[in-house]
Amino acid sequence: MTREGIVNAVIALGLLLVPLWALWANEPFTITLATKVAILALAGVGLNLALGLGGLVSLGHAVFFGIGGYAMGILAQHAQTFDPIMEAPFLIEGTKSMPVIWLVAVVSSALAALAIGALSLRTSGVYFIMITLAFGQMFYYFAISWPAYGGEDGLSIYVRNEFPGLNTLNPIEFFGITYVLLLAALFLSARIAASPFGLALTSARQSPQRVETVGLRPFRLRLTVFVISGAITGLAGALFADLNRFVSPTMFSWQMSGEIMIFVILGGVARLFGPVAGAALFILLEHWLGGVSEYWLIWVGALLLAVVLFAPGGLIGLVTRGQK
Amino acid sequence: MSTMIDISDLHAGYGTGEVLKGVDLCVDQGETVALMGRNGMGKTTTVRALCGLLPARGGTVKVAGSDIAGLAAHKVARMGIGLVPEGRRCFPNLTVAENLVAAARIGSWDMARVTELFPRLAERKDQMAASLSGGEQQMLAIGRALMTNPRALILDEATEGLAPVVRSEIWDAIASVRAETGLSILVIDKSLKELRRIADRGVILDRGQSEWTGNLDELSVDEAARLLGV
Repeated sequence: MTREGIVNAVIALGLLLVPLWALWANEPFTITLATKVAILALAGVGLNLALGLGGLVSLGHAVFFGIGGYAMGILAQHAQTFDPIMEAPFLIEGTKSMPVIWLVAVVSSALAALAIGALSLRTSGVYFIMITLAFGQMFYYFAISWPAYGGEDGLSIYVRNEFPGLNTLNPIEFFGITYVLLLAALFLSARIAASPFGLALTSARQSPQRVETVGLRPFRLRLTVFVISGAITGLAGALFADLNRFVSPTMFSWQMSGEIMIFVILGGVARLFGPVAGAALFILLEHWLGGVSEYWLIWVGALLLAVVLFAPGGLIGLVTRGQK
Repeated sequence: MSTMIDISDLHAGYGTGEVLKGVDLCVDQGETVALMGRNGMGKTTTVRALCGLLPARGGTVKVAGSDIAGLAAHKVARMGIGLVPEGRRCFPNLTVAENLVAAARIGSWDMARVTELFPRLAERKDQMAASLSGGEQQMLAIGRALMTNPRALILDEATEGLAPVVRSEIWDAIASVRAETGLSILVIDKSLKELRRIADRGVILDRGQSEWTGNLDELSVDEAARLLGV
């Protein structure tokens, strides 16, 4: 096993053992924290595909996170008020079923990623960053000014959605769901990175013209990874909304996009477990420093600066000392 | 015999400078053609135009009978043009095996056949391409082009800057590709001796125009001195 493999295994095991310990010690809040880590890590795993593998600096991933959140919010809202989403030409009702909500979240965020990607991937560098940011702001202001679904106040869902065979209101069982989905997404990204598609994408990041001369189109490779990336972040959004039982336009905000990017950069861009390490550190800092000072983010800023300057491979890169 | 590559009266250039002022070049199915000329006469520019990396300003470039005007480079590659670019351009951040896999397209050339042609690539399978020697990188670049299962192989300065021993290894490999397959090969090089051995015909560019075409054995000493500076 490589050094990074060992580090990854330790992180995966740690994220599992902490909530199990909390269950034994009867500390449900710690389980909720671990669940939050797993969900935000999932969002980061999504972004890491675009950012790490594709080299696409997207400052608009909150769009997909928010779409996932609103997919959950809208479906569950209609289910709890027994008011169908639409009656004509055919009946669509709300649902409290997690798998259905996930499917809707994944498909709608993938479609949004397809549209946004098709437009913004025609640009690169700083223009790409600005265009993805602009899409994010569009969705943010749209959500604020959409009174049917709470507008600025967002939507509250009274009871967590259901998963067949599990009691999702039990923190450890809900954690289990998010943990399994996180592992599945990590497995998927590892497979993508090692596939011919992933290899070509890695090459397209450094030498797009060489990729073209072997008959592959960098635009299509990037669009494909952008869609997969958006879909995973969308799934995370649906879970995040379910964790809080609340959706609001802040899920679409550029600060949210920035936070997801911070997880990836703190943990290590293009490192498989980078987003997991980054999200865990971020939540720990939020928890510890948040109790000390309202301005805890200044310390996160300092840390981010230190990582970018002195440890470009992030936490994972630091521990493995650049070894793969 | 059908024509694989047919370039006629090609004009192309960069910015306001016109580099190609009427290049005529054709490579038949299964034929090996040498493209020669002194530095700056337009060899690489011709290759770039042929691969769709540079738009033609005049004339036509046809691959297997169809005009490639306006086609993107990846589409030209899919029509069967396999380029081994000048300067051994591999994917440096991938391993040898990954370089080959990333380019692979279904056909008779696969990993096994490429490593049979270049046994050294099999030994270095898991090594990063950037850490290979110049000769090995060149073998990898040729292997990668073959993995796309092209109908025509374009070798741009495949032996430039390599040690003599490595050079002859590359030439042997090109010769065996030629003997074993019906691949059309366009080879750009400066070594007249090797090209005479391997090429069916030669085309010499001078100031952006096809100045001389024919069997390289018939190239006179005077013409060689005038057009190639040898």
